[in-house]
Amino acid sequence: METIVFALLNGVIYGLLLFMLSSGLTLIFSMMGVLNFAHASFYMLGAYFAFTIMGATSFWIALFIAPVLVGLVGAVVERYGLRRVHANGHVAELLFTFGLAYLIEEIVKIIYGKTAVDYKIPDLLNFHAFTIYGASFPAYRMFMLFIAISMLIGLWFLLKKTRAGLIIQAALTHPHMVGHLGHNVPLIFMTVFGIGCALAGLAGVIAGNIFVTDPAMAVQMGPIVFVVVVVGGIGSLEGAFLASILIGLLQNFAVGINANFAEIFWFLGLSPTSEIGDITISSLAPVMPFLLLVLMLIFRPRGLMGEQEL
Amino acid sequence: MSETTQSMQNVGPTSGAKFRQRTLPILIFIAIILAIPMTDPSRTIYTLVHQMAINIVFALAYNMLLGKGGMLSFGHAVYFGLGGYYCLHVMNWIADGTGIWANFPVFFLPILGFLAGGLSAAVIGSFSTRRAGTTFAMISLGVAELIASGAFMFDSLFGGEQGISADRMNGPQVFGLSMGPMSDIYWFMAFWTIISIIAMYAFTRTPLGRLSEATRDNPQRVQFIGYNPTRVRWLVFTASGAFAGLAGGMSAVNYEIFTPEALSLIPSGFVLIMAYVGGITYFVGPIMGAILLTYMSSMMSDFTEAWLLYLGLMFVIIVMYAPRGIAGIVFGVWDGLTGPDRGTYIGRLLVQIAGMALMLVGLIVLVEMSIRWSNGYGEVFEPFGLHLGTTNVLTWILIIVPIGAGAALLRRANREKEEAVA
Repeated sequence: METIVFALLNGVIYGLLLFMLSSGLTLIFSMMGVLNFAHASFYMLGAYFAFTIMGATSFWIALFIAPVLVGLVGAVVERYGLRRVHANGHVAELLFTFGLAYLIEEIVKIIYGKTAVDYKIPDLLNFHAFTIYGASFPAYRMFMLFIAISMLIGLWFLLKKTRAGLIIQAALTHPHMVGHLGHNVPLIFMTVFGIGCALAGLAGVIAGNIFVTDPAMAVQMGPIVFVVVVVGGIGSLEGAFLASILIGLLQNFAVGINANFAEIFWFLGLSPTSEIGDITISSLAPVMPFLLLVLMLIFRPRGLMGEQEL
Repeated sequence: MSETTQSMQNVGPTSGAKFRQRTLPILIFIAIILAIPMTDPSRTIYTLVHQMAINIVFALAYNMLLGKGGMLSFGHAVYFGLGGYYCLHVMNWIADGTGIWANFPVFFLPILGFLAGGLSAAVIGSFSTRRAGTTFAMISLGVAELIASGAFMFDSLFGGEQGISADRMNGPQVFGLSMGPMSDIYWFMAFWTIISIIAMYAFTRTPLGRLSEATRDNPQRVQFIGYNPTRVRWLVFTASGAFAGLAGGMSAVNYEIFTPEALSLIPSGFVLIMAYVGGITYFVGPIMGAILLTYMSSMMSDFTEAWLLYLGLMFVIIVMYAPRGIAGIVFGVWDGLTGPDRGTYIGRLLVQIAGMALMLVGLIVLVEMSIRWSNGYGEVFEPFGLHLGTTNVLTWILIIVPIGAGAALLRRANREKEEAVA
């Protein structure tokens, strides 16, 4: 029972974290058609910026400053990099962000070193929130849940209830019309890119200290975020949300299951010593998102909530 | 209306131009390949040349996809790796001498790599090539990640962390090559490189090759004239995967080992960079890129720790300012030098080169200084006897002044060019 409760809680938290990353990616993608390959690099930048700011001041200041800094970096990248390669088409944009991801990783390696930095959970949150079935749940994870849900509400409010959100939504589908109405569409693009990157940065700030903050964190996270976007249906925020939660739960439940293939497929006569029979469900957890991606592409190519086939 | 009818006779290239552009480069390339062993190369040079040969075939195979088919793949090393893995297993079967494998010469292993790569690409391509562009790129990444991480689960196929190794000096000999010494492997590499280059060039001239370019440019029109773009993409993807598998087979014979890392995103990214830096719009572009980047990766890593940073910078600069790659730069300069306005062109070219060189100096000082500072061993960047530490004023002068001056020169050259055009 406690396994289920904990897998559920951790799964939702991880899923919301994935949504924090993929919402920015989806917004940027549906507005500009740019798939930001470097999106996970901004997540990494968030964690490193927070580490630096926390060293100088405190975690609470870092929580606000670091995402803003990451967002500014993103805006600069859009203004001076992406806008320039835009004329050469979407493949060129994708290649540019691919190169950027490469560069950010190398620069981070030079500045912060190749090994993980000691980015810690703040002392204020370093206690057990509650104990169920004899196991305790860290308060920091509850804090992550709180931040993620506030982000979710904030994003929803911004997009659906404000005038700025109205213009952004209009620019998603009819950028030229929005331009004709007198809005500065390039500025909107730059802002959205910045906000998307800032969300990724925020995810980095709150996740970097619970996972590891090292130069490989972008490469580990990047492909999973792409899977979320494809599985959810390209360009759909609701789909990205569902897919994030789904993948979060799937991975966390899989980790808790110790059964191997021989036990599950006993009726096929699979021997537990054979190579396939020996594979446990928990060892499948890291592959799970990609398996889901392939199955999705074969059976439902438009994704969970996508409006059109990929 | 009848006046607008064009005469099509003079549109095609003359036979002289065809010889210069198509046959001559291949002849020169073959001549170079034949000339290399005469210089009695050292082991290091052999190692480098063999790696170049593998990368040339791999990069060209990749460009069938990216340059000719318009499909950007982030996971092409999967087919390279699967082809290579299959060849290693066959090499072990040859050593065991079981069944028909006892009579299979190692020399022809790349054919099996070709088949294995093609087969796996045909299976994966059946669902991944449904769309081109960004979607295809994302799917290729996901599939590559699935296979690369799944490979660690099947030790009998992929050998886990240690990988699979084999011995190439078994089975019957062909062309009198024992496949043992480096010089024997050289001829093996030369044979398969030339065969693959000719085959891949021939592919671009086939109806399928032409359709692949048409599908890249406008899938809708391809559909109008009665072809299925998805099918064209699938066929091109299969062919490209097959040649990648062939390169994998060459690599298997050369190194006699493959680890699951060979399937991962890192080699996939490297082949993308090789092809793009070389120039994807030209057939010879990936060859240039493969030669240059293989050379850089083996030589520059001796000079500087930050060579990956330089590589990334080079890639981003090429994406931003020279999307036709090194081949585009080379042909552009050639056209400028033989063009009518030679004098002004050379002048502008010299200004541009000076600007870029200045920026490069500033950048190198910045990067090398920072990397020594970051290592924290107290080492200091000392080119030409200068002592460039982080606190030295001269260091910062050497960073800011060249970058600023170089940027100003490049700006001026650009403005002049725009004015000349206008």
